[in-house]
Amino acid sequence: MTDTALTPNAFVAHGHDKGHEDHAHHDADHKPGFFQRWFMSTNHKDIGTLYLIFAIVAGIIGGAISGLMRAELAHPGIQYLGGWASMLHGGEQSLDQSLHLWNVLITAHGLIMVFFMVMPAMVGGFGNWFVPIMIGAPDMAFPRMNNVSFWLLIPSFTLLLASPFFGGAGNGWTLYAPLSTYGEPGPSTDMAILSLHLAGASSILGAINFITTIFNMRAPGMTLHKMPLFVWSMLVTAFLLLLALPVLAAAITMLLTDRNFGTTFFDPAGGGDPVLYQHLFWFFGHPEVYIMILPGFGIVSQIIATFSRKPVFGYLGMAYAMVAIGVVGFVVWAHHMFTTGLSVNTKMYFTAATMVIAVPTGIKIFSWIATMWGGSMSFKTPMTWAIGFIFMFTVGGVTGVVLANGGVDDYMQDTYYVVAHFHYVLSLGAVFSLFAGFYYWFPKMSGRMYSELLGQLHFAVFFVGVNVLFFPMHFLGLQGMPRRYPDYPDAYAHWNAIASHGYEIMAASMAIFFVNVVWSLLAGPKAPDNPWGEGATTLEWTLSSPPPYHQFETLPVVH
Amino acid sequence: MHRTGFKTVLAAAALMLSGAVAPVAAQEPAPAPASTSPGPQNSANVPGATNTAPTTAAATPPAQPSSPLLAVDGAPGAVAQPGIGQPTDGVYGLQTQVTANGRFAHWFHDAVLFPTITAISLLVLALLGYAVLRFRRARNPIPSKTSHNTTIEVLWTLLPVVALVLIAVPSIGLLQAQFRPAPSGAVTLKAIGNQWYWTYQYPDHGGFEITANMLKEKSEIAAGERARTDRDGPRLLATDNRVVLPVGVPIRLITTSNDVIHSWAVPAFWLKLDAIPGRLNETGFTIEKPGLYFGQCSELCGSRHAYMPIAVEAVSPAVFAQWVAAKGGTMPAAGKASDKVIPQAESDAADATSNSGSTYPDGGQVLNGTEQAPVTSQRATGNAGGPGNAGL
Repeated sequence: MTDTALTPNAFVAHGHDKGHEDHAHHDADHKPGFFQRWFMSTNHKDIGTLYLIFAIVAGIIGGAISGLMRAELAHPGIQYLGGWASMLHGGEQSLDQSLHLWNVLITAHGLIMVFFMVMPAMVGGFGNWFVPIMIGAPDMAFPRMNNVSFWLLIPSFTLLLASPFFGGAGNGWTLYAPLSTYGEPGPSTDMAILSLHLAGASSILGAINFITTIFNMRAPGMTLHKMPLFVWSMLVTAFLLLLALPVLAAAITMLLTDRNFGTTFFDPAGGGDPVLYQHLFWFFGHPEVYIMILPGFGIVSQIIATFSRKPVFGYLGMAYAMVAIGVVGFVVWAHHMFTTGLSVNTKMYFTAATMVIAVPTGIKIFSWIATMWGGSMSFKTPMTWAIGFIFMFTVGGVTGVVLANGGVDDYMQDTYYVVAHFHYVLSLGAVFSLFAGFYYWFPKMSGRMYSELLGQLHFAVFFVGVNVLFFPMHFLGLQGMPRRYPDYPDAYAHWNAIASHGYEIMAASMAIFFVNVVWSLLAGPKAPDNPWGEGATTLEWTLSSPPPYHQFETLPVVH
Repeated sequence: MHRTGFKTVLAAAALMLSGAVAPVAAQEPAPAPASTSPGPQNSANVPGATNTAPTTAAATPPAQPSSPLLAVDGAPGAVAQPGIGQPTDGVYGLQTQVTANGRFAHWFHDAVLFPTITAISLLVLALLGYAVLRFRRARNPIPSKTSHNTTIEVLWTLLPVVALVLIAVPSIGLLQAQFRPAPSGAVTLKAIGNQWYWTYQYPDHGGFEITANMLKEKSEIAAGERARTDRDGPRLLATDNRVVLPVGVPIRLITTSNDVIHSWAVPAFWLKLDAIPGRLNETGFTIEKPGLYFGQCSELCGSRHAYMPIAVEAVSPAVFAQWVAAKGGTMPAAGKASDKVIPQAESDAADATSNSGSTYPDGGQVLNGTEQAPVTSQRATGNAGGPGNAGL
């Protein structure tokens, strides 16, 4: 029961699902014309590909913005912001305009990486591609809604990218009132809010699609307790999206009416309360961080099992640890607000509740190691990324335990310690799992093998780069450096300079990645159906690489 | 080196004290009529506050606003010291703490949290390392088929629970200690955030107000403005007017804001409290050592978020009283109504005050919630009360 391993002969995949090149004219492989295929798509794999391309583009933009930020922060003083502000708005810009541009950059970086890079890649990209295949379904439950989900992101991202040209939204990705209400006139913040509305609607539609698909379209024999852990992670994530995003929509709608229609939800002058916004935002915001990491947990579980040639250790514990993280994740939000003047009892509750999350997270870490224990491991690129993920996520997780203590946050809140913490769980956690998943499934999605050498090199350089980039931020935080500062006292110069060098290393590794992707797509060797051997037991490895345009027209039976 | 220093001589210092204020008063919004009058000062006790160059400083002409001996507003001019109350470059630890809660929290981090998280990280690293070396395909060609082991799963669920409980005990203790309201006789400091400076009120001391702006660098100032000197403090941390507080006396800090949310933070006090429009947040602390302590606004508040630092100068109570007098304030008489603890809503203490005569378990502080509310002349929030006052 607790063994999810589906050996390739554990199900019956009927003949023509294994489409080969010579089956190109088979019904299952009939592809529509270019425009219809890519712009009016109802195919989960094509939509997944669109999502992945979108996420890579957004990641380049968001990563470039962090490059601008690290350049400015490399040395004390304001070096570049004035010039950038002039380039953006034309003419000489005042100091305030230059400093405002900083806030625009941090806001854009945060929103892009959360809503337009990690979420589309995890949920829209890998989720779309592999949830239907892993449960033995021909497609998502609502294929056309799937397409709407993706295309809502385009106007959403356009609104966000256009907003800097109208002054720029400089509220931080949290959009705290009153800075985001009467603190910032002009259309930019409204554009950012509407952008989030669209992205939220997109995610809610996607979440409905995933829940329906997973509950109703599993192949015969694929019980909930036989589902691969990646599907479990997507199921939990979809519920988090469904429950959290409407709260964000409500909160930012109130921002919108406070800004434009004279309401005072968050304005004390009219009986409102700025802290109410923070409660609403973090009721969404905390589940959001699990939305970003849970699919990563799922990806890593698949990869560790595959390359250890061993079923996942403690399958039920792994699945329900994710459910527990999802549930508890909804009742810890105010640990983001320890300095807002919460009462002491409230702080004690949120401190204790937050620490509870460490327990299921620990179960997952130890279970991954136990999966490797006794295994017969090979260290292909996806596996090195997954092992890197486990350690880096642990480092990010334990600093989370430090920050969970409300009393400690009287020092740490809004310092670089927090920045270090959430970049370790996201930039070294979620992003490592994204790369792991990308290398793992690249042969399946593209039909080509990536370059193992470049993949390993990408990992090694990226690993060094992000650690040099983010580890010194712990020290900056311990010395009290506040976040969201374009300039800092000279006593923070040393570690900031090192962090900026770390960015350069990281950027170099991304060049390796893109060379690898382009080379592999153009000239990579043809991928076999299952390049990973006997450890890869989920259904996608029984299909051709790339899979036929429509798979499982006759449902597989899982025993 | 003495921090508060010698009570050097100096009628000359008193002279300078009064003289130094005059040219600056025009720049600042806070009215400073009283400080131009040397009247209430006892010139014999006005400290030079530094032992570095008293004689030359004393000889400085009184009109020079950048006199290193005194802050612009006439506060006793303690000199910033490396390693105390400000960040240090290239180091690994927390800032030195000068409050009881700060030392407790510092211990909690250094002795409990940091060793624990380091041990966990190293344990995971060691297990990963061992697994990678021992269970690679070359050494272990046949994988085991073990997929569960109830004992070990229960174990790695319960052991973290135990570890977390051990962390939670001092953590809850720290929260309790931080919550303890300032007792009767505390000095009340009200910090009001503005885009982008802090104003401070001393409601127990005649309600005078001072405004603290960041001191700019020499290359950045307009004509007539005072530039930062190294004696004022590090770049981006020095302010034209410092908050002066007595050492060894409990401080009741109240924060609020006139526009957007700010956050009043001084790392050396282990203190960070958001300043939120329409709200009054309160906390208490006691500074143990005289000195100069810096902090920075810690909630994104617009373009000059990085440019509204906090500088606190902690002095002996006697010097504090002189400073208050120099600002035109008065020291409160004992037992005045405004000395009473202001209960915080929703808290244990608020419950306690509703039962007349109940006692804090630790402090022995008797509160009486049925007593007449304290009388104060301050506005409730200091909130300008409307949108539009926070434009860029």
